[in-house]
Amino acid sequence: MADVTDSYRPDRMAGFSRTQWAQVLVGVAVVLTVLQYTGLLPAAFHRLPEELVPNFAGWLDAIFNFVKDDLGLLALTRLLTEGLQWLLDVTANLLFGKRRWPNIGPIPWTAVAAVAGVVGYYLGGWRMALLGAGTFIWTALIGQWTIAMETMSVLVVAAPLAFFIGLGFGILAWRKPWVNRAIKPVLSVLQTLPFFTYLLPAVIFFKVGPTAGAVATTIYAIPPMILMTTLGLQKVSPEVVEAGNMSGCTRWQLLRHVYLPSARTEILVGVNQVIMLCLAMVVLTAFIGMPGLGAKLLAMMGSFKLGRSFEIGITIVLLAVMLDRMSKAWVVKQPEHFEKGTPWWKKHFMLLLGVGLFLFFVLLSQFVPEAQALGRRQNFSQGKELDNLIKGFLNIDVVKATTGFLRAFVNVQILIPFRNFMLSIPTPAFILLVIAFALWLGGKKQAVYAGVFFSLVALSGWWDRSVITLYSVISAVVIAMMIGLPLGIVAARTEKWSKRILLVCDTAQTFPSFVYLIPAIMLFGITDIAVIFSILIFAMVPLTRYTIEGLRTVPVEMTEAADMAGATRMQKLWKVQLPLALPTMAVGFNQAIMFAFFMVIIAAFIGTQDLGQELQRTLAGTDMGKNFVLGICVALMALTFDLTILKWASDQKKKLGLGD
Amino acid sequence: MTANTVISCKNVWKIFGNNPEAYLSKMPDGHSFDDIRKDGYIAGVKDVSIEVSRGEMLVIMGLSGSGKSTLVRCFSRLHDITGGTIEVEGQDIMSLSEKELIDLRRNKMGMVFQSFGLLPHRTVLDNVAFPLEMRGQDKHERRARALEVVKLVGLEGREDYFPRELSGGQQQRVGIARSLAIEPDIWFLDEPFSALDPLIRREMQDEFLRLQELLGKTIVFITHDFDEALRLADRIAIMKDGAVEQCDTPDQIVLNPATEYVRKFTEEIDKARVVHAGVLAKADLKATGDPVDAKASVQDLARLLVQDKRKTIPVARDGAVIGGMDRAEALEILLEAG
Repeated sequence: MADVTDSYRPDRMAGFSRTQWAQVLVGVAVVLTVLQYTGLLPAAFHRLPEELVPNFAGWLDAIFNFVKDDLGLLALTRLLTEGLQWLLDVTANLLFGKRRWPNIGPIPWTAVAAVAGVVGYYLGGWRMALLGAGTFIWTALIGQWTIAMETMSVLVVAAPLAFFIGLGFGILAWRKPWVNRAIKPVLSVLQTLPFFTYLLPAVIFFKVGPTAGAVATTIYAIPPMILMTTLGLQKVSPEVVEAGNMSGCTRWQLLRHVYLPSARTEILVGVNQVIMLCLAMVVLTAFIGMPGLGAKLLAMMGSFKLGRSFEIGITIVLLAVMLDRMSKAWVVKQPEHFEKGTPWWKKHFMLLLGVGLFLFFVLLSQFVPEAQALGRRQNFSQGKELDNLIKGFLNIDVVKATTGFLRAFVNVQILIPFRNFMLSIPTPAFILLVIAFALWLGGKKQAVYAGVFFSLVALSGWWDRSVITLYSVISAVVIAMMIGLPLGIVAARTEKWSKRILLVCDTAQTFPSFVYLIPAIMLFGITDIAVIFSILIFAMVPLTRYTIEGLRTVPVEMTEAADMAGATRMQKLWKVQLPLALPTMAVGFNQAIMFAFFMVIIAAFIGTQDLGQELQRTLAGTDMGKNFVLGICVALMALTFDLTILKWASDQKKKLGLGD
Repeated sequence: MTANTVISCKNVWKIFGNNPEAYLSKMPDGHSFDDIRKDGYIAGVKDVSIEVSRGEMLVIMGLSGSGKSTLVRCFSRLHDITGGTIEVEGQDIMSLSEKELIDLRRNKMGMVFQSFGLLPHRTVLDNVAFPLEMRGQDKHERRARALEVVKLVGLEGREDYFPRELSGGQQQRVGIARSLAIEPDIWFLDEPFSALDPLIRREMQDEFLRLQELLGKTIVFITHDFDEALRLADRIAIMKDGAVEQCDTPDQIVLNPATEYVRKFTEEIDKARVVHAGVLAKADLKATGDPVDAKASVQDLARLLVQDKRKTIPVARDGAVIGGMDRAEALEILLEAG
């Protein structure tokens, strides 16, 4: 009993429990709102007066200009640009024949597809071979080879770069505790910072075009690599390390021969994440004028050519799935020995086969032009026909009525009133509500963070747009919960459906976020609903996934105990399974919110009135200060939720004795 | 310390916690393990003085958490000790530079680990050759040597396997081969057979004894299994809460337990199997007739002890009589076991 009172005491402040304090805060907020509605609240309490908003953007601009010009950082980055530009030129020449050194490209598509097939077979057998070769064959046949290779040429530079930088920092953070402490908060901000915020500095410091795209992509992909490296190195079994020490390793030998190979799994998981984030980002660099799949998709969606958008979407998805599956297969691939006396060529059969096929197709393309590249009229794109099909489908009365109803009813009756209500809450009342939420779920520390973060947002002068952003996130996540949770609960009932839905979720999670806009625009055109819809499907994935995982990992003894206690299915679900799965589900909920914050910014492309749109506007100019203020607003709001919900989940896990 | 002493440690302390040196220097004498724990520190090794001589097999045993693994890691300086001195071949190992320490490990020490500690990405051969590679030996030389040791531990034909393709027993053979590759003078084994199932364990112990017969190394062997200790040891050190309770030959530990803890520990042991005629022989006792071998255990002599009518029986080592054994005393030990 002593334990219980001890652990509860810190939660009590001035005699009140956390929940009671939260209630008080909510009470004050309600009073403030009521006063606002009755017109008794002074205007200064409703919104921060303009003249009180500090000129963060101006200050940031001044700092940036100082760093850029006076410190000569620009000169340095332009120098780096040269090197990067050279690398990108090489890959551009090899992949799509840009006229630069070494002037030997482009590599024929048949050769690329063949090598992808062999690599696929080596990593994961026939199905992976089919996926590898098939993706590239599709890309060529559909007539998107050049733009796809434009995208790939940046990816093949950015991903290795992100890998090495991430690995380096990861090792450093593992070796030196102070680096780890310094890097942790930076990483969590970086991971919540909207991608638009990466783009503008990249453009300013590294020229428009592939270089800036590559830099933004690299930076975006570094954080998970750092985390996975550190994690992997920490997990190396102490005995293996001691064995290394007793073998007389120097520090460098220990790192090179013992630590890094033993952390192989985590490092390769990091590689997988680097590749997937790079792909997601490289598509988005279309917003700063990087040519490639993203730019084409942006243009097609802008001119409402749904058929072509759909085809490009499939190419992106195929590339994503292929890269994901192959890198994951690499993670689990274990070395195997050859029987004694296996001849040299047999041991390296796959390598020889890959090289052989590559040379064969390169030679073949000298004689057969189709093997080199497919011409404009030779591809099988069905853009026009698909376009008509989709538009025809949308014009069917039933479909039209449904989407029309959703647009009219959900939007006008529910979403807009909700938005207006959120906007009507006075700023201090809003902040109090958020603090109350953080206090109730997380604790004192989280409440302080919430207060500071949201006050900063209020001070930024972008309060209304921030609230609209939050409104989009909340409405989308709520709807996603209404669909995703029941779906997860039902699927979790049987092994078979759990597996199926998890596979769908896994696959969907590898899609670059941009792709989610396609069905949204297809169904709802360019409207608010389309924004919510794209966020909603994006956010539903983690919700469903973690619900299933949470429910499936409830220990069997507990459900058996419930069965023997005579619980009905419903009782078992509500009294046993859900409470135990809740911490895991909370992680999914958290991820859904993070995804939603991410997507809401991208969806600004459709035309919203939130921070995303303002962010997008800054890209056109060189408004770096404003760009950062906006980006940090998004990051602060996202971090508030992140800190609070994860704290609750880990508290809950500890309470249930489920470990961390 | 004689020229024959390989490892000598005096008043060695290993305390875990925040700034343990300062704590140790201020700690009052006679602080017990629990007192130290109350202060927020853990005494891994507590004032241990012990010597290991050349060619000897010292078995350190105790329950888990008794500090036996920590002590061995202090010998090889995998842990830096908090107080006291440890000398290996007359050299204070705490004064060694990083380079000297690496040299020492590369040339003089080998260690075998409980969960093998193999490198998962290397083949059997590459794992065994690893210490040789680390000290920069030529590729062909180290391959030849590694093949030799792999053969010695009976893994011929599996050189190209990866650790995960081997059974537990085979993996530990790789671990043993690796530790022997550099031809160490001192061999540390940290519960090498605990992770194996009983049948394999027995087999590996036989194998180990065969190797020791062949190589004659100085060995520090850790185990929590008393039977194993009795089978292998020249001397046994019993540890509890970081301190050595008793360090002596198996016979002496069974016959004269130094503390209550050791007595309880040895209670269940079949003494007749442990005590040898050599220990019971007293030089001043004269006896006549056929002598018994000093290496024979009381159990081995059971039939003779019961049937022989002599009061004292002569005991001989290597053919020379060293004294007489009181038959009643030996019988007492035999009966106690029954």
